Amino acid sequence: MGTVDFRVGERAHISLDSSICMGCSLQSCVTACPAGLFVRTSDGGILFNYEQCFECGTCYMICNAEGAITWTYPDGGHGVVFHRG
Amino acid sequence: MPEADTKFDAIVVGAGPAGSAAALALARAGRSVLLLERGVFPGAKNVYGGVIYGRVLDEVVPRWWEQVPVQRWVVRRATMVLTGTQALTVDFRSEAWGAAPYNGMTAYRADFDRWLAGKAVEAGAQLVTSTVATELLRDQRGRVVGVRVDRPGGDLRARVVIACDGVNSLLARQAGIVPRADVAHHVLGVKEVLRLPRDVIDERFGLRSNEGMNIEILGGTAGIAGGGFLHTNIDTVTLGVVLSLQELAAAAKRPEAIIAELKAHPAIAPYLRGATVEEYSAHLIPEGGYDAMPVLHHDGLLLAGDAAGMTLAAGIWLEGVNFAIGAGLAAGGAAARAIEAGDTSARGLAGYRKDLEASFVLADHQRLRHAPALVLSRRLQTVYPSFINDFVERMFTVTNPVPKPGLVRLLLDVARRHGVRLHELVTDALRAARVYR
Repeated sequence: MGTVDFRVGERAHISLDSSICMGCSLQSCVTACPAGLFVRTSDGGILFNYEQCFECGTCYMICNAEGAITWTYPDGGHGVVFHRG
Repeated sequence: MPEADTKFDAIVVGAGPAGSAAALALARAGRSVLLLERGVFPGAKNVYGGVIYGRVLDEVVPRWWEQVPVQRWVVRRATMVLTGTQALTVDFRSEAWGAAPYNGMTAYRADFDRWLAGKAVEAGAQLVTSTVATELLRDQRGRVVGVRVDRPGGDLRARVVIACDGVNSLLARQAGIVPRADVAHHVLGVKEVLRLPRDVIDERFGLRSNEGMNIEILGGTAGIAGGGFLHTNIDTVTLGVVLSLQELAAAAKRPEAIIAELKAHPAIAPYLRGATVEEYSAHLIPEGGYDAMPVLHHDGLLLAGDAAGMTLAAGIWLEGVNFAIGAGLAAGGAAARAIEAGDTSARGLAGYRKDLEASFVLADHQRLRHAPALVLSRRLQTVYPSFINDFVERMFTVTNPVPKPGLVRLLLDVARRHGVRLHELVTDALRAARVYR
């Protein structure tokens, strides 16, 4: 994502409950996230990097496991900055 | 809440088109209004994919076209139906759209949204950027009386809060006004802005000076319900796709891979040759239409724009920014009247709904309420694009010395090959006639 401007905040604005993700057979977030920020881990869980998030909302919308994804906005002035949106 | 504690008449959350229009209407009515924006500038979080139709701006600034930060005026509008190896394009252009008062424009949201927010500020609204409204404040009776923001001492009070905080509206979700996640009524838009020299764009798209082109694409989304778009800016072109979230998840395909496939399509690639990616972006779009909209007015609270699901995804008409501006103006006006009358309860704010119904915002949505489902339907998305392309290909393929087939016989033959039954064609034609009546 070298072509996108990010002002990375200190707080992770999205968090995962890995225990729920481990039991998820679909893990659709891994492919659907347009920034590719969800990565499968060797133990069957999912790791999420918040730093280059577009804040689009795809992950929590498609997630079929209640409570797996806690989704908020980055703190004010942080996160993605679209110049050509 | 005691009257004396009210700091603002209104707080508008989100300085996108809806929020800035709402703040503008309130400020022009002489009301104190705080306009909150979580980005570093208005538009920093916003993405669109096509055309901004500016007619509604006549209510904002006379002769707005002389100052709006336009990229190009759209004079050429095409619809392209793709299969993997074919393209059928219907291409319209008009000189009328290239002169004032214009029809549609391309623009960068960073420019357009900042310009519109500037109009609200000029009218007297107070804009505060880099600030997230994290929750609604309520009094003991549950009426909305302000917002909490992520800044020290961040409880801000107002008689009315207007939530224009976008497709993921945290405020509407927390309030339980919209479902937590509504995967069936949202699509994902992803796009690339690609740099090309201005004269190359002019030549490839057949444009002069500030003329622009917008192509809407059916097919080309790897079998996932949705569509694509390609439009011209001054010295970039924008290529994007919109994708059904449910089908994207089920297909386990990556959105950027689908864009890459579309870029490589023989009907698209020649437009983009030599272009370099300037920015890649993604955004959700609420496409549920009228039937998926939440209740728009509550005690002390109004919803407008994407937060209220107001994007019109009716296939031949794909609009959103204009709906947001129309709704924002109506919300600001209704809020100002309610404040004036001293009743900002849901009943006092009900004028908002009535005004929207009388304007294009809800009139268009109500009329086209069944369009989103038709546009995303299976046959229209996956069967008809190849059916129509094969029909046209066979119609124009000269088969000498075999004589030409009759066109009706050819149509029926192609339909049969694509598993389309005559009664399905008739049913869908009638359905379309009803949807767009």
